[in-house]
Amino acid sequence: MNPFSSGTRLSDMIRAIRASKTAAEERAVVRKECAAIRASINENDQDYRHRDLAKLMFIHMLGYPTHFGQMECLKLIASPGFPEKRIGYLGLMLLLDERQEVLMLVTNSLKQDLNHTNQYIVGLALCALGNICSAEMARDLAPEVERLLQFRDPNIRKKAALCAIRIIRKVPDLSENFINPGAALLKEKHHGVLITGVHLCTEICNVSSEALEYFRKKCTEGLVKTLRDIANSPYSPEYDVAGIMDPFLHIRLLRLLRVLGQGDADASDCMNDILAQVASKTESNKNAGNAILYECVQTIMSIEENGGLRVLAINILGKFLSNRDNNIRYVALNMLMRALTVDSQAVQRHRATILECVKDSDASIQKRALELIYLLVNENNVKPLAKELIEYLEVSEQDFKGDLAAKICSIVEKFAPEKIWYIDQMLKVLSEAGTYVKEDVWHALIVVITNAPHLHGYTVRALYRALHTSCEQESLVRVAVWCIGEYADLLVNNSGMLDLEDPITVTESDAVDVIETAIKHHTSDVTTKAMALIALLKISSRFPSCSERVKSIIGQNKGSFVLELQQRSMEFSSVIQKHQNIRSTLLERMPVLDEATFSGRRAGSLPASVSTSGKSPLSIPNGVAKAAAAPLVDLLDLSSDDTPAPTSSGDNFLQDLLGVDITQPSAQPVSGMQPSQAGADILLDLLSIGTPSPVQNGSTNGDLLSMQDNNAPIASMDTISSTSPTAPSSMMDLLDGFGSTPPKNEDKSPAYPSIVAFESSSLKIEFIFTKKPENPQTTDIVGNFTNLSPNVYTDFLFQAAVPKFLQLHLDPASSNSLPANGSIKQTMRVTNSQQGKKPIVMRMRVGYKINGKDVLEEGQINNFPRGL
Amino acid sequence: MTCLIMLASGIHFVLLVSRQGKVRLTKWYSPYAQKERSKVIRELSGVILNRGPKLCNFVEWRGYKVVYKRYASLYFCMCIDQEDNELEVLEIIHHYVEILDRYFGSVCELDLIFNFHKAYYILDELLIAGELQESSKKTVARIISAQDQLVEVAKEEASSISNIIAQATK
Repeated sequence: MNPFSSGTRLSDMIRAIRASKTAAEERAVVRKECAAIRASINENDQDYRHRDLAKLMFIHMLGYPTHFGQMECLKLIASPGFPEKRIGYLGLMLLLDERQEVLMLVTNSLKQDLNHTNQYIVGLALCALGNICSAEMARDLAPEVERLLQFRDPNIRKKAALCAIRIIRKVPDLSENFINPGAALLKEKHHGVLITGVHLCTEICNVSSEALEYFRKKCTEGLVKTLRDIANSPYSPEYDVAGIMDPFLHIRLLRLLRVLGQGDADASDCMNDILAQVASKTESNKNAGNAILYECVQTIMSIEENGGLRVLAINILGKFLSNRDNNIRYVALNMLMRALTVDSQAVQRHRATILECVKDSDASIQKRALELIYLLVNENNVKPLAKELIEYLEVSEQDFKGDLAAKICSIVEKFAPEKIWYIDQMLKVLSEAGTYVKEDVWHALIVVITNAPHLHGYTVRALYRALHTSCEQESLVRVAVWCIGEYADLLVNNSGMLDLEDPITVTESDAVDVIETAIKHHTSDVTTKAMALIALLKISSRFPSCSERVKSIIGQNKGSFVLELQQRSMEFSSVIQKHQNIRSTLLERMPVLDEATFSGRRAGSLPASVSTSGKSPLSIPNGVAKAAAAPLVDLLDLSSDDTPAPTSSGDNFLQDLLGVDITQPSAQPVSGMQPSQAGADILLDLLSIGTPSPVQNGSTNGDLLSMQDNNAPIASMDTISSTSPTAPSSMMDLLDGFGSTPPKNEDKSPAYPSIVAFESSSLKIEFIFTKKPENPQTTDIVGNFTNLSPNVYTDFLFQAAVPKFLQLHLDPASSNSLPANGSIKQTMRVTNSQQGKKPIVMRMRVGYKINGKDVLEEGQINNFPRGL
Repeated sequence: MTCLIMLASGIHFVLLVSRQGKVRLTKWYSPYAQKERSKVIRELSGVILNRGPKLCNFVEWRGYKVVYKRYASLYFCMCIDQEDNELEVLEIIHHYVEILDRYFGSVCELDLIFNFHKAYYILDELLIAGELQESSKKTVARIISAQDQLVEVAKEEASSISNIIAQATK
């Protein structure tokens, strides 16, 4: 005897599960039951099959795996009796879904059952088909369903109609077959059939414009009459819901009329009267009536213009909006949103009420209302609305602050009448909900600030004040730290005082104090701290008296476990200590950030909700070529895969730090690269430190050096600073070299640094680049092949391959044999069709013979200077 | 205007959850993998069970709307598209509850636990493909009882046959 086959009854199992006190106990019961069911399945036990399946369904509902029972469903469905089929189909719908292949096996049984003489079995099959059929099944069984639409029993016809809906959703092409039978259903009297028939026709109209035309011509009048009959029919207990005759049928009729009336004046005309009647006569004190009114308003708004009706509809929404029932207010807000495109004036009239809804205690209503208010804001009402919203931001729930702050930022940015107002509002938002403000939003703020020179002083002072009250709001701290770093002198001198401002006294050491607080505050993250370090460095140049103190604060981070901070700390200390002569030029104020570039960059990386804000009135396109935006994105997006060049945060930093000297008059403007563009690069970099890339731990000194090729100004510096640019020298050396050698112009310095393209124990390949200014896409490369071994290489052959956007031309090498420790040259020319967007990459292979023995070396070169 | 109104694709799923967060019925009309199903249930019961009594019956969730209503210890939830008529779905929920009530005779949670399959059968007479099929409670009750009758007859036959066999082999 199988100890499991005795089995328990379904109710016993449920009781045992309910009696379990712990999850473990429940699992044990389920495990035991599943074992018994499996045993019974293996024995192919027919008597218990439907009981087993019932148990499995319950177990399934609890979330346990039950796939082993799937075949049992099919067996039950295939058995002849109604009880087995009933449970089998139920199991099928519960345990399987349309994506399982097992489902295909049931198609045949379904087909048989759809043709069964017992109408209840036909009903079961239709129900299963309607709930889980896949596209293939839909194709196979559509003819059966079509036939059943004319079945004698109305209960089968209604099921077939819903099946047809599912079939059309799966295979829209099949809709043609259902047009005529669908139209026939519209003449039915049975409510179930009428409801499903109307719905079927609506669905057909949605997928086929021909069908829509057909129904519009043939059925509009009939449907209007049906709706009139239903609306005027006397009380009938069977269909009555709260004193209203069959609201479900009402709603479906209204919906089909909406589809027919939209875009067709005649059809719309035809239904005007009945819509007016429904809108004005329907009882609005119960949910059922309101459901009809809601649907009716939607129909009136969608069909062709009829002034009188629209007024009626808007009035209904107005009444909804003042209803005490939250559900009704919710749908009113929902509907007003859609009405906005039809009649925005009418919606504006309800602005005050909607604003109240933003402050509702119900999160669903708040959310709806906020969306709506967001759409209602325009240049005329932005000031009062923003004021209200910001005031509410102070008292709103934590969960809601994020949404609210994002919307406020978006509207003040979009509709700000003047910059000072924008800055004021943003500071308020940052002080209240700075933690919720997204990165691109405060980046935008900084861009605006730099573009408003007359407000620099005002802004930095306002930020200084705000920092004292809301030091835990991350984004506020970042903006403040950045501005204090840039405009510290304005903060201390009270310069550029506006009339409306109260003067404040800030000493130089106060300025250092706030930055120090930001570095040490527990809520500050790496980005903030990194920004604070830069700010300190800048302050040290603005206020030489604070230099010592700044140095000690920066020095405290030398032991930081965060590589980024440690590195900055080391490098900045060195700047302060050893490079007094270049410090002031190095740390000059940032040039104005380009708004057009920034907004372009933003639009590409933002979700639709914010980018819909359209063209910001604050953005002043200043003629910088669009192309500039692309490399910026690349530069900043360190994780993107089309920048194979090894990057790390140190890379960014180097550019930040050293790139600043591009503004230095002595720096040589690099051919093929617009200074403004390069300037924007660095500036955006500075901003982008907010996105610390996953720091590649390999950023050793050697790396640093190989990375400097990314920026042209560094390139020129590179040639200045070291005699052998490719020799692995430390970062400190680099700076020292820079300090000891006074910068001077060198006429023949190449525009791009040379690189070590390849190095093995036996061979080293260096590339030297030159570019003709008149042809920026083309780069001439001189390859220098050096033999590092004491052997002679013969039959030396260098081969290279490049991606499609590059063109490569190889000249013959100066020789095909390499003497011991000697070198040869080979020139090549690369044309980069995506110049400025994609860096050059190259695969290379070198073959040669040592004493007649073949040697092959391969590699990929992806440390080409950027911008080639 | 040539564009058609975006029509909703009906109810995506029906969920019955007890106040303790126990699932009492789930019906999926749109395909959800098993893992997603449990995630959806967990997420939604977290949101819905925590809402206060006076708030509206709609929750916005993953771009959909969930209409829910509490009856005694059970929450009835239905998930619909943004464009759907929330008030009507509330009526559908009520319609279902009234039919259950009529069938079980003042229905309680225990009825739905031990007779969960019956609750499913009734739902299948009410909704197919996530769309309403019948607005008459009487019709639904009649069809259900006719089918129950069929099952009873089959059972009696089976037991009378086994009786005959038992007698014959005595």
